[in-house]
Amino acid sequence: MDKHECRDAGPVRLEDPWYDALAAGWGEGEDTAGGSAADLPAHAPHGSRADGTAADLPAYGTAGTAGAGTTAGIYLQVQRSAAFQEVRSRYRRFVVPAVLGFLLWYVAYVVAAVATPGLMARPVAGSVNIALLAGLAQFLTTFLLTWAYARHARLRRDRAALDLRWTVFEQAHDQQRDQARDQVGDQERDRGAGR
Amino acid sequence: MSTEHQTLALILFSAFVAVTLGITTWVSRNRRGSAEEFYVGGRLFSPMENGFAIAGDYMSAASFLGISGLIALFGYDGLLYSVGFLVAWLVVLLLVAELVRNCGRFTFADVVAARMSERPVRIAAGASSVTVSVLYLVAQMVGAGSLVGLLIGSADAAARSWAVVGVGALMVVYVAFGGMRATTWIQIVKAVLLMGGAVALTVLVLLRFHGDIDQLLAGAAERSGHGSRFLAPGLKYGGDWTARVDFLSLGLALVLGTAGLPHILARFYTVPTARAARRSVVWAIALIGGFYLMTIVLGFGAAALVGPDAVRASNASGNTAVPLLATLLGGGADSTGGAVLFALVAAVAFATILAVVAGITLASSASVAHDLYASLRRRGAKPRSEVAVAKVAAVGIGATAIALGLLAQDLNVAFLVGLAFAVAASANLPVLMYSLFWRNFTTRGAVWSVYGGLVPAVLLVVLSPVVSGSPESLFPGVDLQLFPLQNPGIVSIPLGFLAGWLGTVTSREAADEAKHAETEVRSLTGAGAA
Repeated sequence: MDKHECRDAGPVRLEDPWYDALAAGWGEGEDTAGGSAADLPAHAPHGSRADGTAADLPAYGTAGTAGAGTTAGIYLQVQRSAAFQEVRSRYRRFVVPAVLGFLLWYVAYVVAAVATPGLMARPVAGSVNIALLAGLAQFLTTFLLTWAYARHARLRRDRAALDLRWTVFEQAHDQQRDQARDQVGDQERDRGAGR
Repeated sequence: MSTEHQTLALILFSAFVAVTLGITTWVSRNRRGSAEEFYVGGRLFSPMENGFAIAGDYMSAASFLGISGLIALFGYDGLLYSVGFLVAWLVVLLLVAELVRNCGRFTFADVVAARMSERPVRIAAGASSVTVSVLYLVAQMVGAGSLVGLLIGSADAAARSWAVVGVGALMVVYVAFGGMRATTWIQIVKAVLLMGGAVALTVLVLLRFHGDIDQLLAGAAERSGHGSRFLAPGLKYGGDWTARVDFLSLGLALVLGTAGLPHILARFYTVPTARAARRSVVWAIALIGGFYLMTIVLGFGAAALVGPDAVRASNASGNTAVPLLATLLGGGADSTGGAVLFALVAAVAFATILAVVAGITLASSASVAHDLYASLRRRGAKPRSEVAVAKVAAVGIGATAIALGLLAQDLNVAFLVGLAFAVAASANLPVLMYSLFWRNFTTRGAVWSVYGGLVPAVLLVVLSPVVSGSPESLFPGVDLQLFPLQNPGIVSIPLGFLAGWLGTVTSREAADEAKHAETEVRSLTGAGAA
């Protein structure tokens, strides 16, 4: 499958920072810099390191032998980086308690409704009883949690995730370039040897 | 129903069909016929468009007519349903939408197959997707038949059969000629119509009670004949403990099943990024939540103004409560206003069914072509032919749904929807969760998890009172009943998770660390996303 292909970001009509950033910097690594693989993270797009989370990736050239030089190697290396672990723990620190919380709250609500209808029927004000309030509270907590999650993701994750996406993209890109260069070098050497 | 009602309703039906066929022709004018176009509409919908389409895909006629009807007949117990349908979206938002968008291309099996040995996993996930879709589709087709028959006022079997055939033929045309782009626009139009209709009726109901909700509730409780018990749980599910546990089972299936419905998961691939997927779910939650809040007003309004007895006399399961309410709000059955409002509600319900069946047909044809066919075909076939297979699959699925819809015409369809959710929660959700979050998950675990949820869910239904052993069963004469509950969720969902764990710990192969790293990095960052 072509899941790693660099897709053309041409016809994008959305104002989405992910795509804007990618489209703006697309092909940036095409410059002639023949620098060593170790300085690759320095190719990050201008200003996208706002909170510094992606700056501490280990240098590509020192990633050891296992899988290095392959796409899988890049993913393993990014997964072990502090920047990625920060994004992952921010996601988990929000999502795990939130999911446990709303599932428990929902199950408690349904169990209360089927097991203690008498309690739920207790009137509060006028025709409104505990059951109606609990039902409306379910709607309310759903809306609130949706808002809180969207806000948390926007402020605490999106930027850092985009930086990492860049890192992976650039490393894959540079790797392809290096491989192409190596091939050319090999061919030239072969030709030189043949002469 | 008078002929005036019927003529108006038929005119509006035809107008909607004409508009949707127009959309289908319009979007297919410059088609390149790529898989990207057909399955996901080129991935270029905006979050708002996709949010409306998700809402249009999710809110079936069962929610519009069924839930308000349940509230009109049983009061608070109908409301329990809508809470489950809404809270389910938190699972989708927090655990599924962004990660699935980042890791897959066309179907949710992509996410699982990226980590595992592809063939067995794709076949399993494809099979369970098609099962869920067909169950859901048959429920919608049967609903379409009885609804259209009911709304155009001819209860005879021929009209219902023609309605089923017509809906089936239309959905195949939308999907085969318009792909995801036409399907999405039909869903957007439908969501706008549905929200518009619901807002208009809600405003009219509230005006009747001068904006006093307390008076509305009091009126509903008094007219129902149950007094204040009408506003508390227990009228429908408060019987013996079997009924209560049954509802708990249904509640679990509703909340966990939405995140495993293939046609909902497919919608996240129609936007360019995970961020856009998240924003479309936020839109969808706002729309769906607002809509279910309005169905509560409509349901209690129907109880207070029309009365449960009149509702029950028209349709035993309450499906006509909203059309009756609309007629009454417009000024009664003999007035022009009543006829217009009734026709509007009928047209909205019809639009709802068409949009939902189109979405499901597209998702299941994608499963057949992209998962099943792509795994079983000979190697080296061109990707182009996958779209052709998907179109053929859409025709095949349409024909199957029409046939089953005609056979199952007299069946109570509510359980089919509950069953579709239960199968989705038991077979699709565990494998998806394990693939995204469990480092040691293996191919065997994935396959076991799918079949370990799918088989018990289907088997328990076969052994349940739905199929045999009670007077309301499918086969009242036979007694195979071993399982007391109508909905298998409470047993089959844990079994799906258990089977996945068991398959993983017993498998000889170790999990591929690199592939897990790839899935984890891609799911959270969007690196390498299609």
